[in-house]
Amino acid sequence: MSTLTPVGGPAIQPGRPAVSLMSTRPRHGETLVRLVLRAAAILTILITIGILVALLVPSIEFFRTVSVADFLFGDRWAPRFADASFGVLPLISATLWTSGIALLVAIPLGLGAAIFLSEYALPGVRKVLKPILEILAGIPTVVFGLFALQFVQATVLREWFALDTGAFSVLAAGLVMGVMIVPTIASISEDAMSAVPLGMRQGSAALGANRMQTTVRVVFPAALSGIIAAIVLGVSRAVGETMIVAIAAGGQARMVTGPLEQGQTMTGFIANAALGDSRVGSLEYDTLFAVGLLLFLVTLLFNFISIRFVRRFREIY
Amino acid sequence: MTSDSRSASYSTNAEIKPALHVTPQHGHRGGLLPELPKPILECSDVNVYYSDFRAVTGVDLVFGQNEITAMIGPSGCGKSTLLRSLNRMNDLIVGARVEGSVTFQSEDIYAKEVDAIEVRRRIGMVFQKPNPFPKSIYDNIAYGPRVIGMKASNMDDLVEEALTRAALWGEVKDKLKQSAFGLSGGQQQRLCIARTIAVKPDVILMDEPCSSLDPIATSKIEDLMFELREDYTIVIVTHNMQQAARVADRTAFFTALASEDTGDRTGVLVEFDKTQKIFESPSDQRTEDYISGRFG
Repeated sequence: MSTLTPVGGPAIQPGRPAVSLMSTRPRHGETLVRLVLRAAAILTILITIGILVALLVPSIEFFRTVSVADFLFGDRWAPRFADASFGVLPLISATLWTSGIALLVAIPLGLGAAIFLSEYALPGVRKVLKPILEILAGIPTVVFGLFALQFVQATVLREWFALDTGAFSVLAAGLVMGVMIVPTIASISEDAMSAVPLGMRQGSAALGANRMQTTVRVVFPAALSGIIAAIVLGVSRAVGETMIVAIAAGGQARMVTGPLEQGQTMTGFIANAALGDSRVGSLEYDTLFAVGLLLFLVTLLFNFISIRFVRRFREIY
Repeated sequence: MTSDSRSASYSTNAEIKPALHVTPQHGHRGGLLPELPKPILECSDVNVYYSDFRAVTGVDLVFGQNEITAMIGPSGCGKSTLLRSLNRMNDLIVGARVEGSVTFQSEDIYAKEVDAIEVRRRIGMVFQKPNPFPKSIYDNIAYGPRVIGMKASNMDDLVEEALTRAALWGEVKDKLKQSAFGLSGGQQQRLCIARTIAVKPDVILMDEPCSSLDPIATSKIEDLMFELREDYTIVIVTHNMQQAARVADRTAFFTALASEDTGDRTGVLVEFDKTQKIFESPSDQRTEDYISGRFG
C-alpha cells in the first residue's frame, strides 16, 4: 500500500507507478486448487483414452486371426471349442432380446411414472414418491439378477404361468432389467418435464385443454429432448447391463429366436469368460476385448444418435 | 372457514367497510355498483385464499359486455389473483380456493356441475409473459380449436382469421410453419391473443399483457384491444395507470389492507367506476393518492 500516491499528490512520480495493481500477497491456495481441478479433468480424459487403447490393442490382435466379416456376420459362437468359431451374432441376438424386452417394460412404465409425478401428483406425494423411485436405482444389480432367476423365471414364468421354459430365459432377464431401468427413465424425464415453464401449462389450460391434452401436446413436446436423453441412457444401460443377464439369461451362446429361450449376451459372455482361465495373449483372451470393443462402439453409436436427435428437436423456452 | 371467523380474524373490517362505501350493498349484489347496460361477469363477495392466506377479501364487481374493464392497484392488492379466479385458473394452484360467487351470464362458474374446462373455453386468458407453445405459429393457433374439438370446416381459414384479428397476419403469413419462438416479444404476445381468439371465447382476461413489451408493441396491443372490444369483453390487469386511462371503459381500483391481528395483507376493492371518473374525480382518498402517485 505504500506505493499509493496520496490524494491530491502528483499523478505520476518519476520512476514509480502511480498505483500498484500487483497482488499484495501470493495466493498459493488458489493456484493449488486450480491445478488439482485441472488434473482431475485431464485424468478423466486420459482414463477414457486408456480404456480405448486397452480395448483396441488385444482387439487388433484378435482381428489378425479372425476376419471382421466372420466376427460380425458369423452365426456360430464357439471360441473355446477345438473347432473354434467366432461369429458374434448369437451374442448380439441375446442382447437385442434382453434389451428390447427391458425397454418395452421401462419406457412405458418410466414415462408413465414421470408424467404422473410431474403433472398429476400433488407436491406432497411427489416429495415422497420420487426418492422411493430413486431407491430402486440403488439396488445392486446382482440382487436384481437373483430376483430374475429365482422369482421371475422359476416361480412366475414356470410355476404360475406354466410356460415352456428352462432354468434361464431372456424374458426373465429382460423383464427385471426393465424394472431396473425404470427409475433412470422416470427420474430424468420427470426433471425435463418439471423444467417446462408453468406458463405453458396455464396457456394451454386457458384455451380449454384438459390436463392430459396439456401433458401430451404441450409439456411432452417441450420436454422431448430430455425425454429422448432419458430413453437413450436407458438403452445404454440395457445394452451394457451385465449381472442380471449373466445370472438369469443363460450361458449358452446360441441364436435366440424367442423370449422363452436362454441366451448369452455380449456382456454375459465377457463376464463368464473373464472369470475363466484364459491365458493372456491367447486368442480366447483377445476375444473378450473384441466383444468389449463392439459393445463400446454400440453404446457410442447410441449416444451419437441421441445427441443428433436432441439437437434437432431441442425446444428453446 | 365461516364468514364469522373471517370477520373475526379481520377485525378491521368493521371500520374498513364504511370507508370502502360497501356497507350498504353488503349482501345486495351491485347495490352501489354502477348499473351496467349488459353485465356479463359478476363477482359477489368474492374471497380468494391460498391455503390459509386470504389474498382477496369481499370483492363485489361487475363486468359489462363489450367493455374493457381495467383492474389497477399497487402490488399485492390481489388484482391478478382476482382475475385468475374469473376463469378458474386458480384451480391449477394447489391450496387455492374461492368463496363467494362468480357468475358468467348468471351461471355460477364455481357450481359443482360446472366444468372448469368449459369455463376457460368461454373465458380465455392472456398472460403477463408471452407463453407460446413449442410449436409452429400455425399449430399455436390451431391448438385451441383442436383440443376442444371445435368443428372447423377449414382450419387454415380459422388460423388466418385469428391472426388477422390479432393484427399479426401480415407479419407471419409467409412463415406459418416456423417456430413461434422466432417471433419478437410483442409478436409472441399478439400470437397468444390470436390463439385465445381462435377458440371464440366471450371474455378475454389479460394479466398485465404489456408488462414485458416495449412502448411500440404496447401500443399495438392497445389498438388491438379497441378492435377486439367490438366482439369481446376484455378485463385487463395493469400496473400502468396511463394504460388503464387510455384503454378502459371502466376501472376498478384495488388496494392491500393489513389485518390488525396477524399483519397479513389482503386485497380489497376500493372503488369502481367509469375510467374518467376514477382518474379525474375519484370518490375515495386512497384512489386519488394512488392515481396522483402519492403511494403504491
